[in-house]
Amino acid sequence: MAKRAQPVTLIQTIGGVFTLLVALAILAPLGAVIFRAEGFTDLRAADWAAVRFTLLQAALSAFVSCIAAIPVARALARRKFYGRGVYISLMGAPFILPVIVAVMGLLAIFGRAGWLNAALEGIGAGTIEIYGMVGVVMAHVFLNLPLATRLLLQAWLAVPAERIRLAHSLNFTAQDMRRHFGWPLLRATLPGAALVIFLICTTSFAVALILGGGPAATTIELAIYQAFQFDFDLGRAALLGMVQVAICVGAGLIVWRFANATEFGGGLDRPALSWPGDRPLSRGIDGAALILAGAFLLLPLAAVAGQGIGAVTGLPISTWEAALRSVLLALASTTLAVTLALPIALLIAGKAARAGLEGVGLLSIAVSPLVIGTGLFLIVFPIANPVTLSLPITGLVNALVALPFLLRALIPAARQAEATQGRLADALGMRGMARLRHAILPRLGRPLGFGAGLAAAFSMGDLGVIALFSAQGQETLPLEMYRLFGSYRTNDAQGAAVLLMALSLGMFWLFDQGGRANAAS
Amino acid sequence: MTLTNTTIIAAGLTLVTGAAFAQEPVLTVYTYDSFASDWGPGPGVEVAFEEICNCDLQFTATGDGAALLARLRLEGERSDADVVLGLDTNLTAAAVEAGLMAEHGITAEGLTLPVAWDDPHFLPFDWGYFAFVHRASMENVPGSFEALAASETSVVIQDPRSSTPGLGLLMWVQNAYGDDAPAIWEALADNVVTVTPGWSEAYGLFLDGEADMVLSYTTSPAYHLIAEEDDSYASATFSEGHYMQIEVGGVLQTADNPELAQQFLDFMVSPAFQAIIPETNWMYPAAMPAESLPDGFETLAQPETALIYPAAEAAAVRDEALATWQNALSQ
Repeated sequence: MAKRAQPVTLIQTIGGVFTLLVALAILAPLGAVIFRAEGFTDLRAADWAAVRFTLLQAALSAFVSCIAAIPVARALARRKFYGRGVYISLMGAPFILPVIVAVMGLLAIFGRAGWLNAALEGIGAGTIEIYGMVGVVMAHVFLNLPLATRLLLQAWLAVPAERIRLAHSLNFTAQDMRRHFGWPLLRATLPGAALVIFLICTTSFAVALILGGGPAATTIELAIYQAFQFDFDLGRAALLGMVQVAICVGAGLIVWRFANATEFGGGLDRPALSWPGDRPLSRGIDGAALILAGAFLLLPLAAVAGQGIGAVTGLPISTWEAALRSVLLALASTTLAVTLALPIALLIAGKAARAGLEGVGLLSIAVSPLVIGTGLFLIVFPIANPVTLSLPITGLVNALVALPFLLRALIPAARQAEATQGRLADALGMRGMARLRHAILPRLGRPLGFGAGLAAAFSMGDLGVIALFSAQGQETLPLEMYRLFGSYRTNDAQGAAVLLMALSLGMFWLFDQGGRANAAS
Repeated sequence: MTLTNTTIIAAGLTLVTGAAFAQEPVLTVYTYDSFASDWGPGPGVEVAFEEICNCDLQFTATGDGAALLARLRLEGERSDADVVLGLDTNLTAAAVEAGLMAEHGITAEGLTLPVAWDDPHFLPFDWGYFAFVHRASMENVPGSFEALAASETSVVIQDPRSSTPGLGLLMWVQNAYGDDAPAIWEALADNVVTVTPGWSEAYGLFLDGEADMVLSYTTSPAYHLIAEEDDSYASATFSEGHYMQIEVGGVLQTADNPELAQQFLDFMVSPAFQAIIPETNWMYPAAMPAESLPDGFETLAQPETALIYPAAEAAAVRDEALATWQNALSQ
């Protein structure tokens, strides 16, 4: 019975087609760059140094982000406190900030002239130095801890309340909880979360350079910049782009071996109860985790807000137009991302899925935005003026970039929905749309809202491709902000950063909220 | 899906834009981001030129000068660009070598650059001296790279691989010190707080107090003085001289409308264009006497020696200078 092949449904066929299209949309630009370069040129010794540095910092960043996320996610899963929802939404903000804003926020706290050093000097304790590998990892943890926390939290919240009630009645100790819930959950979720963060960090460029302290902190992405803009060596840029893809595939294969799906059985979707084995010590640990993470993530944001909030009302009209453009763009690319992600997630979660499909979804984080942008430019250029297409292309690329995060959130939920509701649906003869609507989709509400929120916020904050294609009167808010910085208008730029942060957070919060409302119904 | 959608949208857009501007010839000028931005010279230049040209001037902006050149090389012969505006002399040789540029045939009168100009492909529209900007309240301002290296002064610089000021700094040290450049860079390594991808990040770090000085231009304090009425910034004068950035424009081989492009280059060195530069691009205009500069410019530091490599030589020393820099700062 369990091994019975599931019939291939329409939605899965659509998922298959979408998967192919996504792969094409990512690999075709790479191919276009290779084609234009008429072959590869060799990598230099410095490029290999960049590969080593990239792998090391990305691995460290992923490791620290995930380890730090465990106590925070656990505390959020088993504590109810006033403002919990706000806390969860707010702490998601760093992930969606443009790099320059995030770095400025971090430096306001940890930099040479930051609050921490001022305080340390005040008590005569000397100063700390943020520049170097420590700074790079710290910034990447700042940017990715929220994502890791939310991915773990999703998994924790997916544990049916009935299970926890059962654990209560069996008088589980804290250790029993770890063995039966905590560890299996982490084993199922951590490798995937670590992989996503590792891949995000492999394309890091500005963070690694600014906080890395100099040329030793050269990432593959910067090497691609050099090959493209300094040497105009498209062959080397394309080869470096392929090295990034290879790293993505390699990391994906390693992680895939360690990720095991966990099934906790079906529940009736009641809200989670407090955990058994809840001693004062664990309350203390949870409280400390929430306060520390909150301070680490929110103080830099507060610094950014404090610097710029006064300038928001005085922003030039063009900045507001750019903001409107960015909101519309984010809505469009979120729609596209969700449309793509849902069938693909159902395909991958279904038993007919083949290994490696998930990798397609991950590809788009690992491919260099510069290579994708250049490739798309080369593809579009003979057909149309790329500049007039800058917004549609940016929307498309943003949707592709958001896809992995949506899939990461959707696939485990879809698997679980299939595992818990699938047999009942089979027994009732539910197929196609009816099965989707009644058995599967209700269980995807929460991750779908979360993923859509991420996609929207991500698109709001993205600078990548628009900078390559930008045209007069088509600026997005992040681009406008960079231009303000570049025209000495630091105050206005800080104001634009606050506006950007508020809009990104607002969109994330709305979608995320919508997701929770669906889940409760 | 990508191709089908883009084709349809493209067709639609081409119809719309084509119909709207059918009467006037279009002059397409490729330039860097901050030139075309609302706060840059772009909007003023557009209005002034359209008054005299009976044409439609359109800017296309791409990142900085290096990105501009990469974009032109990418587009090659199919480029829509008539004029490129905003390469500097460290990049011009590559543009000529790639066969992108036509000769302008203009003998520019009244240039006010500190150096002679005889490039057949490019005309200058503005220039500036690279300099380390600091707070006016700073004590013991270093007067040379050697003094800077010997001091505790902290600086933020830009990466030459991703920004034109970063590349300018390499050329500056190379030009001033030649074979001793590696030693200078090694001595400077402990003064460099960090290296940023572009000018904006570096200047932001400096304003936030992360370093005592930032690599920028002698004209940067003019922005603070004139636009913000803040006289608390200054630039350090180095005794070995200051490397110049000369920003240029040129006509492309592929220009659809070479006469109009020529007319634009003429206009570029005329007073109408030049008067817009100081308070929008915050650089020195290339053809405007010092006494016509806006109030405030007379307060700026005046280096005694202007350093610059001719375009061909700049292209030749670039790779070696980069290797020197990478070796010194990677340790």
